[in-house]
Formats: sequence, C-alpha cells, structure tokens
Amino acid sequence: MELARISHQPQPGGAVPRSGDWLRSLGLGDWLYAAALVLGAFFALQQYGASMDVYDKGILLLHVPILMAVGWHWKAFRPFLAAVAAVSLASISLYQGELARAEQSFLLKYLISSQTAIMWMSALIFMATAAYWLGLALRSDFAEKTGNVLTWAAVTMGTSGLFVRWYESYLIGPDIGHIPISNLYEVFVLFSLLTALLYLYYELRYGTRRLGAFVLTVISAAVGFLLWYTFTREAHQIQPLIPALQSYWMKVHVPTNFIGYGAFALSAMVGSAYLLAERGVLASRLPPLRVLEDVMYKAIAIGFAFFTIATILGALWAAEAWGTYWQWDPKETWALIVWLNYAAWLHMRLTKGLRGSMLAWWAVVGLVVVTFAFLGVNMFLSGLHSYGSL
Amino acid sequence: MQRGTARALFELLSSMRFAISLLTILAIASVVGTVVKQNEPFNAYLNQFGPFWFPVFEKLGIYSVYNTSWFLVILAFLVVSTSLCIIRQTRPMLREMRNFREHAREASLRQFSHQASMVPASGVAVSLDRARAYLARSGFRFRASEREDHVLLAAKQGSAGRAGYFLAHGAIVLICIGGLLDGDLPLKLQMATGGKQATSGNQLIADIPASARLGTGNPSFRGNVFIPEGRSASTAVLNVGDGILLQELPFSISLKRFHIDHYENGMPKRFASDILITDDSGKALERTIEVNKPFEYRGITLYQSSFEDGGSLLSLAVHGLARGVPRLTNMQGAVGDTVPLHAGDARYTLELTQFRAFNVEDMGTAKDSDAPASGMARFEQHLGSGAKSPTQKNLRNIGPSYTFKLRDEAGQAREFNNYMMPIEQQGRWYLYSGTRDSQAEAFRYMRIPLDVEGKAETWFALHDIVFDPALRAQLAQRVAARSATGTSAADNGMRDRLTQTVEHTLTLFADRGYESIGRFIEATVPAPERERAADVFVKIMQGAVWEAWLMTRERSGQAAPALDENNAIFLRDSIAALSDSLFYGAPVYLQLTAYDERQATVLQATRSPGKALVFLGSLLLVLGVFAMLYIRERRLFVLIKPNEVLVAMSSNRKAIDVDETFQRHVDGLRELFAAPENRPT
Ligand code: HEM
Repeated sequence: MELARISHQPQPGGAVPRSGDWLRSLGLGDWLYAAALVLGAFFALQQYGASMDVYDKGILLLHVPILMAVGWHWKAFRPFLAAVAAVSLASISLYQGELARAEQSFLLKYLISSQTAIMWMSALIFMATAAYWLGLALRSDFAEKTGNVLTWAAVTMGTSGLFVRWYESYLIGPDIGHIPISNLYEVFVLFSLLTALLYLYYELRYGTRRLGAFVLTVISAAVGFLLWYTFTREAHQIQPLIPALQSYWMKVHVPTNFIGYGAFALSAMVGSAYLLAERGVLASRLPPLRVLEDVMYKAIAIGFAFFTIATILGALWAAEAWGTYWQWDPKETWALIVWLNYAAWLHMRLTKGLRGSMLAWWAVVGLVVVTFAFLGVNMFLSGLHSYGSL
Repeated sequence: MQRGTARALFELLSSMRFAISLLTILAIASVVGTVVKQNEPFNAYLNQFGPFWFPVFEKLGIYSVYNTSWFLVILAFLVVSTSLCIIRQTRPMLREMRNFREHAREASLRQFSHQASMVPASGVAVSLDRARAYLARSGFRFRASEREDHVLLAAKQGSAGRAGYFLAHGAIVLICIGGLLDGDLPLKLQMATGGKQATSGNQLIADIPASARLGTGNPSFRGNVFIPEGRSASTAVLNVGDGILLQELPFSISLKRFHIDHYENGMPKRFASDILITDDSGKALERTIEVNKPFEYRGITLYQSSFEDGGSLLSLAVHGLARGVPRLTNMQGAVGDTVPLHAGDARYTLELTQFRAFNVEDMGTAKDSDAPASGMARFEQHLGSGAKSPTQKNLRNIGPSYTFKLRDEAGQAREFNNYMMPIEQQGRWYLYSGTRDSQAEAFRYMRIPLDVEGKAETWFALHDIVFDPALRAQLAQRVAARSATGTSAADNGMRDRLTQTVEHTLTLFADRGYESIGRFIEATVPAPERERAADVFVKIMQGAVWEAWLMTRERSGQAAPALDENNAIFLRDSIAALSDSLFYGAPVYLQLTAYDERQATVLQATRSPGKALVFLGSLLLVLGVFAMLYIRERRLFVLIKPNEVLVAMSSNRKAIDVDETFQRHVDGLRELFAAPENRPT
C-alpha cells in the first residue's frame, strides 16, 4: 500500500521524530546552518542596518529562529536559502549602488536584476508546469524530477528577484525604499513563491510528485496574470509608499495573508485532483484518495491558522491607520467571508460522514471565494484598501 | 416552555449543524454590504436606485447593512450558539481530558482500527516495565489497571488540544461582544433611551441643540474633529444616517500646523498635524499625529483621518466677459465663504469651495517618438530594474487651483475650477478654467492663450472688441479696406460686399461661436462645398481678429505685431477661446492672483471600550486555533498478557499521521518486547 511506504520510509526531510529528543538528533550540518543564519543576520544588520528602524531589526532577528526551525525541519530549504542569498548578493554587488548598471551589466540585464529574475521565475514556472504534466501523462519519473528542479529554480529566482527589488527601491531614493510587498504586482510574485514552496514541502512530506501538475497549474495562472499586469499596465514599476502603507504591520500582515492564500489555492488544486481521481480519471497515477484528502486537510488547516493571524494583524493595523480595527470595508468583509468559509469547512470535516467529494468540491469553491477576496474586490468594489487597484 | 422543548432548542442551537449554517448565513449576509457602497449620503442612493427602490432598500437597511438589526441578530445567534456549544461541550471535554479510559475492555480494543498484536519474549512484569519506560519516554501520561489475566496501560498525550477548543470558541464570544460595544449599538441605545436626536449638519456648532449633543461620559463613539490651522476644537461630529450628533470631548485640540510632504513624483508622502491639547487640568500637551501614528489621551484615541481647506484667503482679479461688466476689478474671499458678486445688472453669489496649493498631473509623453515598442523590443523594455518604466510619466506640479460655485438669482449654480498659473502645452502657455453644470460631469476647460510676452490681457482686449456690436461695423470696414485697396467702383463694390460678409460673420460668431457659423454653412451651402466654405469663414475670422489685435495695439500706441508663425498660432488659439467663452456660463473670469493658504486637519476621535476585549479574544483565538489544529490528542493502550501484547491507538482527528504514529509505536514496542529478558530497557 502506498500509505505504508509513506509511513515506513524515514523521509530525508521528514518531521523530526519525537518532541523530546529532537535537539540531540541535530547533526553538524544543522548547526552549521544555524551558524550561517546568525552570521547572515549580522551581515545584514551591519550592511543595511542604516536603512532599518527598530522594528525592521527586530523582525530581521526574529527570522533567525524561524528560518532555523524551517531549515532543521525541512533540509531542502537550506540550499534554496543559500542560493537566494548568493544570487541576491551577486546582483546587489553588480549594481555598485547605481540603478543605471541594470542596463549596462549583461548579467544584471539578462539574469539577476529584479525584473529579469522575476521574468525568469515566470518562465521556469511555466516549464515546471509542463514538466509535471508530462510526468503525469507519461508516468515519467524523470519528467517529474525535472519539474521539481525547475520549481526550485523558479522560487530561487523569484525570491532573489524580490530581494533585489527591495534593494533597487532604495537606489531610487532612500525615502522611497521599502519591502516589495506593497502592491498587487509584488504580492502576486509573493503568492507564486509561497504556493510553490508550500507545494515543494508537501511533495517531500508525502513522497509524491504527482500533485505538481495540479498545483503548478494554479501558480502558472498567477504568473500569467502577473505578466499581463506587467505588459499592459506597467504594474512592475516601483512606487513609493503612500502614508497609509507606511507601517510595520504591513510587513507582517501581507506575507501572513499570502501563506493563507497559497495554502488555500493548494488545497483547491488537490481537491480537484481528488475529484478527478474519484471519477477514475488519472486514478491510477494520482496518490490514493486518502492521501489526497489528507493533504487537502493539512493545507486548509495551515491556511486557516495563518489566515486567522493575518486577519488579526490586519485589524491591528487598521486600528492604527484608520482608527478602527474593523469597519466592514469590502476587503475586510471578504477576508471574513473567506475565513468563515474555511471555518465551516473544518467543522464540516469534523462532523462524521462528511468526507470525500463534498469537501473536495467545497475546497475548489473556496478558491473562487479566495480569488474574489484577493482580486475581485480590487476590480469590482471600492474601498479603503487602496493598494493594488487594477 | 416545556422542558422537552427547551432541551430540543438547546440541542439545536448548540449543534454543529446549526453552527455551520450560521457561519454560512453570516458569510452570505456580509456579501450584501460589499456590493452596495455603505454609508453614502442618501442622495447618492436616490440617484442610484431611483425613487421606487430607494425606500425599499432603506427599510432593509442596505445602506448600512452591518448596523441593521437583522445583521446584529445573526451575530447574536453566533454568540448564543457558540456559548451554548461551549457549555454543552464542557463536561464531556473535561471528562475526556481527565479520563484515561483505563477501564477499556479487551474486546473493545480489538475493535479499534489501529491495533496490533505481538508476542513478548519475556514475562508480564518485565514487559510492563519496558512498556512504562517506553510510554514515559514518548511523552505519554498513563495509568495502569490490573485485571485477573492481564495488565492494561492506558496512555494519552496532547489533551491540551482540547483546551484549544475552549480558547478558540470562547474567543469568538469575546470578540463579538467587544465588537458590539464598539459598534453602533451603544449609540442607538442612547438615542432610544436618552432622547438624543440627530440634527442637520448645516448649522453652526453653537446652534446645535442639547438633544443632539453627547456628553463627555459617552463610553463609546467615533467621530471627526475638524480644526483649521490656528484654531481649536473640542467637539467631534458623529454621522448618524443623514444627520449628525455632536460629541463633547474632555479636552480641546488646537492645530498649530498641518503638513503634507510629497515624494519627488508628486505622490503624498506624509500627512501630519502638529497639535496642542489642553484640558481643565491645565496641562498642555504638544504632539504630532500622523497616519499610522495615532495618539491616545484620556481614553480617547486621535487619528489622522483626512484634511481639508481651513479657509484659505484668496485674492481674485475679476475679468469681465459679459457686456456691461467692467474690464478688471479685484476682490477677496476665504474658502468656505459666500460672497456677493455683481456683474453689470446681474447679481450672483460666489461660493468659494476649495483650494489646492499643489496639483501634480501627468502631462503626457514629452516626445512623440515614444511610440510603444513591439515584439522582442517590448519584452526587453521589461527587463532590468523595477525602477524603470517603458512609458515614462511626465509628472509635474502645475501649481495652485481653486474651485467655486457661481449661483445666479434663480438659485442655479455652476461649478468652476481655475488654475492659478499658466500651463504649458506644446510650447505655448494658457490659463485653464474648467466649468461644469453638475458634480456628475467632468470639467470642460477653456484655454485662454497668453501672448508672446506671456500676458493674458491681449486676449481679453480681443474679446472686448470682437464681441462689441458697436465696433463690429468699424472692424468689418477695416478688414475690407485692408483686403481691397483699390479705389475703382468695382473695388468699392467688392469692399462693401466684403464688409457685409465680415460683419455678418462676426454677428454669427458672437452668438454661439464656431457652432453658429457651422450651422449657417449647413443651412446655406450644398454639401460638397462646405469644407471650402468653412475655410473661407475661418480666414475671415482670422482676418477680423487680426484686425482687432491691430486696433488694440493702436489704442495703446504700440507697433503692429509681426506676421509670423507664433502669432498665427496665438490667433488660432484666441479664436478657439473666444468661441469657448460663449459657453463659459459666467459673466466673469476669476483669476487667482494671490493666496494665503490655511489648511485644516480632520482627526478621528474614538473611544472604544471593546478594543481590549477584541484584542484579547484575538490572541486567544490564535492560541486556540493552533492548539486545536496542531496538538494531536492520542491515546495508546498497551494490554499485556503472558503470551500476547495488544497495542491499540485512537485519536480525535482522523488523519494519515495517526497511521504513521501508530506504526512507529508498534515498531518501537515490537522491538522492545521481542528483546531477550536480560537486555536493559
Ligand atoms: C466563527 C466561529 C467559529 C470558528 C472560527 C471555529 C473554529 C474551529 C476550529 C478551527 C476548529 C478545529 C477544527 C479541526 O481541528 O479540524 C473547531 C472545532 C470545533 N468547533 Fe468550532 N468554530 C466556530 C464556531 C463554532 C460553533 C458556533 C460551534 C458550536 C456548535 C463550534 C463547535 C466546534 C466543535 C464541537 C469543535 C470540535 C472540537 C474538538 O473536537 O476538539 N464551533 N472550531
């Protein structure tokens, strides 16, 4: 049984075995990784500390234990982080503090300036999607492995792209510099990255690459939108922050939100795989229904947990910027609707009997609701959430 | 109510099915308020929905969904349902948390979906010791129960997950109650019980009756405080439906200065108010309030909400456009004021409504050669840094502007928007003045061209001559005389005809500008000839206005203007503006000549007693949700007989990791029990 395979094989990046003695289970590599993180944080403080306020520094330091935990739990995360650091620093050093270098340096122009890196991310995501589908269609392990490598490459380029964009914003002007999660363009990149990373984690955790075709499809759609947005609306241009967005709450609210959205998108794609498999389509190639159901639940659980935090952070921010933690602005209201929807989903699952296709359908519909909250509100409704209007 | 019914009601309200229905209903109800824009002025809704639907929707509370009683009832149900659910679950949950189920029967353990049987290599006592050690090491708490033929170790872990249930669901109740305290409800109660009544917003603060004033003791409110620079305020205005209530504040706030900083590209960078707070304690506090940096004092939080004009003083040059209005006079007024304005015999009131010191506009691409690239070139434009853009915006501050309404004696008002400085368009300079009939329209702009010396007076002088019926004949004669210089009879005849034509054209033009000339052509010239005819009329107008220009120069003793390209363009622009001026809708053009800006800040003042409750609830919610989702309750039973060990596991959540964990424990225990007697555990 597939399940037995999952449970018996110790996963290379699987969960730390038992809560009591995980500290002892850490090897030399783990400690080296931790040391590298600490050094990296100090390097960042020393190099860029001048542009940071107390909160920035606090958040930076907070990332050390967070990334340490992630890397200890999920070993594949480390080379990724190292690659991102290498690419970003290479790009930054090529800039030599001058924006114009983006046009002069070949490497910057065609490889690792922010726009180009994000273009590479887009291309790699499309390629990875094709590879995963090919793997599914031909039952080719090789194609699926290729898909995996391409996805890692895509998130590396995308993440580096965002870091470089952050740096570029400071080159435009010290008062303009800000973390690139402040408009629709930037959060679409973030969404693609986080969804891909979540997928890569589950791929390892459940030992199956068969879901890549489905999850990468939704990321491809996001990237497609991103490109449309870039080419028709020039949305990629770095803009300074309007006063309402100048808040450290933004820096925690937005990424938290997108972990939620990413996880919900993932669950919906797994849900659609479930619905297909249930009807016998691709059934022999997809993981067993129990596994699909489990991934779907796990994704919604993590999405719900993060979305809860994100909504609360949003309320805290609103309390400071607008004077009210909640005022039924369309964006807020739709966040509540998304949240209620998944709360109902979780309760549904707890009541006996509700399993299977009903929950899978619900997860798929959930993505529609999420998409409306994410995009539809900006397109069709007006409100206070002024960033990212289409 | 009978016991049975009460019981059934309790069962229903606290049931999971009811909870799910409620969550769904709440979600759907929330949608309504996002589709219709909330809390707009009633007029806007009347326009949007028409006289039939407007009152229907008003009854349903569509304009303020989240404050309607039906919405509050849904929320109340959620609170009730969740509370009952907690009450109902408390006993079983506590029992579950305490209970080890050490009395489980062997037969029932054998029914578990997770169970495994193994053969121990040693006796019961040794196996028992080993099992205890294993369970302790694996983080289980356990109880042993000895039966006649076996020993049962009943172990569990992760019971704290159940506490998560109380945290999360209790938090929902807290948050809803806190939200209710901060919402409209307290105000509605005060209005219902305290005889408070909203009043019209169009009156002086001093005139607002006591029935529309709320005392400083009001526990919960949210209102706006409007303070012009150099003035102070000690009341906040609460919008209630279409009226207002006045909230007294326990202190007075004066605005020293309001700042708006801009980025280089003209986007706003910072809004900040330097304020001074004084209260009866005699203390004075100086603070700066910014967006995202509120300030709390005596339980009231002040936020930077928006800004307005606080009565900037405007100096205006009044250029007469209609007949009988003096060429140039001066006047002054402050934004917010209503000033009488006499234009000849007509009486108007001038309402100065707004002033803006900065206007950053995208002036379009500077060069025409910036055509969008295509194909690979277009793609390459999007490589590189995020700082560049293929379509460069040409943002420029085009200086101050102000808006006003001009109301005639019949009460009809037109709105105008004038820029103070001339604005450049393709190397030429113009004064821009926009006008519109109603708020719903966009401004249509009249562009008054400046002459080569950069003065607008030339155009006004041309305006006076061209539209003066007394000068029309003279002007026509001069045009004709310049064109036909001969003295023969034929020349005289031609001159007369030309004079008539010019005079006729000027008369036509004076009515509705190019429009009446166009109509005349359509009425009298056959279609194929019209274009040529139009050319002729344009030439005639150019000749006439050129002549008018010469006349103004003669009057002021200046030399004639040069006949060059520049002046030709000026002539063309002047005629266009003359034509437009006939539709301007005002007898005067009001040119802003100087200003003394005074800004006003709008602060939001709130007292929200529920905030702490909501934030506490939020914290508990997060803790509870994580505990419920991630602390996994597991029960492990190890039943030890002389020749068999039965291991069984149960969990309150079905998930694959239960299988995984069970397998791990079975593997671990199997290895343990299979070891020979003397191996240390
Ligand atoms: C907005 C409102 C609510 C939220 C956000 C919420 C959230 C949650 C969450 C996240 C779980 C855990 C689900 C899982 O582990 O898969 C849960 C479980 C549960 N909820 Fe709610 N809930 C809400 C309202 C209610 C109401 C009104 C009831 C009353 C009927 C209720 C009854 C329960 C019960 C009985 C459980 C199972 C607890 C357990 O077995 O540990 N919930 N809830």
